[in-house]
Amino acid sequence: MAETEQVNETRATPGSHSSHGSRSPQEAYGEDLWPGPYGPYSRLRDGLRAYRMIAAMWIRSTMAYRASFAMTAFGNFAATSFDFLTILLMFSQVDELGGYSLPEVAFLYGVVGVAFGLTDLVIGSMDRLGSRVRDGTLDTLLVRPAPVLAQVAADKFALRRLGRIAQGLFVLGYAVAVLDIAWTPLKVLMVPMMVLSGAMIFGAVFVAGGAFQFVAQDASEVQNSFTYGGGTLLQYPPSIFAKELVRGVTFVVPLAFVNWVPALYVLGRPYPLDLPTWVAFTPPLVGAGCCVLAGLVWRAGLRSYRSTGS
Amino acid sequence: MGTGRLYVAVAAGGFRRYATYRAATAAGVFTNTVFGFILAYTYIALWAEKPHLGGYDEAQALTYVWVGQAMFAVMVLGSNGFEADLIERIRTGDIAIDLYRPADLQAWWLAADTGRALFQLLGRGVFPMACGALFFDLALPTDLLTWAACLVAIALGTVVSFAIRYIVALCAFWLMDGAGAMQLTWLGGMFFSGMLLPLNVFPGALGELARLLPWSALLQAPADVLMGEADPLSTFAFQAGWAVVLLAVGRMIQSAATRRVVVQGG
Repeated sequence: MAETEQVNETRATPGSHSSHGSRSPQEAYGEDLWPGPYGPYSRLRDGLRAYRMIAAMWIRSTMAYRASFAMTAFGNFAATSFDFLTILLMFSQVDELGGYSLPEVAFLYGVVGVAFGLTDLVIGSMDRLGSRVRDGTLDTLLVRPAPVLAQVAADKFALRRLGRIAQGLFVLGYAVAVLDIAWTPLKVLMVPMMVLSGAMIFGAVFVAGGAFQFVAQDASEVQNSFTYGGGTLLQYPPSIFAKELVRGVTFVVPLAFVNWVPALYVLGRPYPLDLPTWVAFTPPLVGAGCCVLAGLVWRAGLRSYRSTGS
Repeated sequence: MGTGRLYVAVAAGGFRRYATYRAATAAGVFTNTVFGFILAYTYIALWAEKPHLGGYDEAQALTYVWVGQAMFAVMVLGSNGFEADLIERIRTGDIAIDLYRPADLQAWWLAADTGRALFQLLGRGVFPMACGALFFDLALPTDLLTWAACLVAIALGTVVSFAIRYIVALCAFWLMDGAGAMQLTWLGGMFFSGMLLPLNVFPGALGELARLLPWSALLQAPADVLMGEADPLSTFAFQAGWAVVLLAVGRMIQSAATRRVVVQGG
């Protein structure tokens, strides 16, 4: 997430980007991105501003091919529907999975689907960082007068990822419509809270994974275990997994706070681990904490970057 | 160099190309193993709810999970293999150079893809399978003959996998941008190979249809041969039949496509 961007990496002198052969849209906006004065929030403002411009540029470029955009957005929608199709196929054979009914599993699925979709839309390109580190094109981002995290996150900003969010929203809508629970104002409020905190938690995982790629380079696929793997894990009720695994995603990589911990409160079900009830309301704090940690990890990762070549 | 030796050299090159990236291989193995664990627990819950679902017991269902993770890279179920390269060569026109080489285009890429598959079977297949066997009770055969039969089924499966992707890649002669075609193939393959759920768990007619399509040769066939759920010989015949048909279709498209090639410049 752009909010965690704290890094004071190499700032280019205003003239230095002219040494690059190709003129990118960021460079065209270069003058706007070089504002004073430096207040405590100027870095954040810079980052968001750069992010907005780069993302807008990618959206314009995508919209040049509208039919292709429609097809890829639909493809994204269809591809992400497969996970739910699997669950539907399972429920075509059984009535309950780990003691949970289809609407309950759909609720878990919908929350994690939308949360992950938001993260994927906003900073989904982070997993391409490894290839930038490998071929040295990250250098180009370092010399531009905008925070590197904002540039990497907005790189190849893909509006087609709305497909995933739409798919998650459909399932979440279905779950909310058919779930047989007593909705209180608190429980209603918890749905958007879960989605937004969940997106923060996933965002932190993406950023930390990006930082890891400075070291791992080729091993960027490990990140998928935590992002896509985590997303898949959370689609199913915690009751079916081994206790150690549930402990791991509760206390080590706190993915359980995306949906398991708060959603089980909404569903009125006990969490497999002995946690007090108030923990169900902590996802925003957990999300914020994760983002701060991920920001620190990112800073360390970026500092360790030594371009390519021998 | 004899024709046979040429293709062996190309296959060895395909093997080495993938063997070079050790960190990437280790990362892939790690990811496959993580997904294997997640899937294994969902299958345990499913089979606890309904034992003998699709004719499998729990140990067989778990075996299926880990065979699936082992085949994920071998059968190119999750990402792109050679077809991304071939499409790029068609798009840029480099394909013209390939076409005047004294080697057959289809056989060349088949050899390269076979080398890749062999590496990924060793590099990305063995470890997740071993890991699964270590942590779960799997229904693995004890006689070598069944393992050998499974290897034959895997070999035939990789040819079917190649033949499908070759056809898709050749679509680039007409479409120029192969991204949509590759995505569709990936979607179809993911669903109909049984990567999501074993095909015998699919309900009714959908299950029967899925078992007839070529994608069932990729994962369901080797898994069933390994677990003794399918007769090896008729499975081989099914796989070989699809391999021959799809390779022939690929060859027809290839000859239609090469007549279209216009080499620019002079």
